[in-house]
Amino acid sequence: MSGVAFGTASVAAGLTVAQTCALSLLAFTGASQFALVGVIAGGGDLVAGTIGALLLGGRNTLYGLRLADLLGARRGLGRAVAAHGVIDETTAITLAQSNERDARTAFTATFATLFLAWNATTLVGAVATGYVGDTAAFGLDTVGPAIFLALLWPRLREGGRERVVAALGAGIALLCTPFLPSGVPVLVAGLAALAGLVGPAAPAAPATVDPEERP
Amino acid sequence: MSVWIAIVVTAVGCYLLKYAGLAAPRRLLDHPAVRRFAMTVPVALLAALIALQAVAPDGPVELDGARLAGMGAAVAALVLRAPFLVVVVAAAGTTALLRAAGLG
Repeated sequence: MSGVAFGTASVAAGLTVAQTCALSLLAFTGASQFALVGVIAGGGDLVAGTIGALLLGGRNTLYGLRLADLLGARRGLGRAVAAHGVIDETTAITLAQSNERDARTAFTATFATLFLAWNATTLVGAVATGYVGDTAAFGLDTVGPAIFLALLWPRLREGGRERVVAALGAGIALLCTPFLPSGVPVLVAGLAALAGLVGPAAPAAPATVDPEERP
Repeated sequence: MSVWIAIVVTAVGCYLLKYAGLAAPRRLLDHPAVRRFAMTVPVALLAALIALQAVAPDGPVELDGARLAGMGAAVAALVLRAPFLVVVVAAAGTTALLRAAGLG
């Protein structure tokens, strides 16, 4: 369903329907896609936007490390295909299974379902938004930040450390934005994550996708 | 750098990041600092993206009442544990209604 929101945000940002659908097919990781499109919407620096998207995609590497055990039997083409499906949702559902066989089935089913749904709804959102003339009149400029807030919200519930990092990140970005090209302040704000390393160790994974909470 | 190049680099990079996790030695996860930093970076980036797109979408800070009200509606929807799409529609709908009414 949320592919509609991505298709809308992407076309409102000035990407074509083909570019929008290519991102959903080939990148297939929501936060990174929204990040790139958000920078393009602001007329921002494409290099900075791409780096921001890749930084957000880095958490999928951690998910892959956790899933490697469960999907470990796969090699070659099987692993190459499975890799494309390593995202928040598939990781959460796969790690929630009680044995390896169920986990492999859950991964395949979730990946296939989400991949089809995400791409179909992206196309719907992109095509529909193409018919909208004045995107500001429909409040589409609020879609991007609202989506990011919805993605961030579960992490903010986790505790003080996440909130401090979030506040620092937002503050750094706003301080930098008058002086740096669009897209770059987001990367500088990534330094706020260093604040997350201060203090005692705490569960660092999101509640919904906690790799440690495998039952 | 054209938009298509950015799309291809993002797509290839995101795929390689996913693949690296499946193929990498598991020892990497044993470093708590590496893991904690990697899980916290998205929090900082998302917060920065929210702040910039909400109050400074074109570079300098410029407050837009209708957009801020839309973000307020998104917060209210999240507090009420509304589903993802409801949050987005509430935000855009609030902004659109206020603009249609000539407010903000």
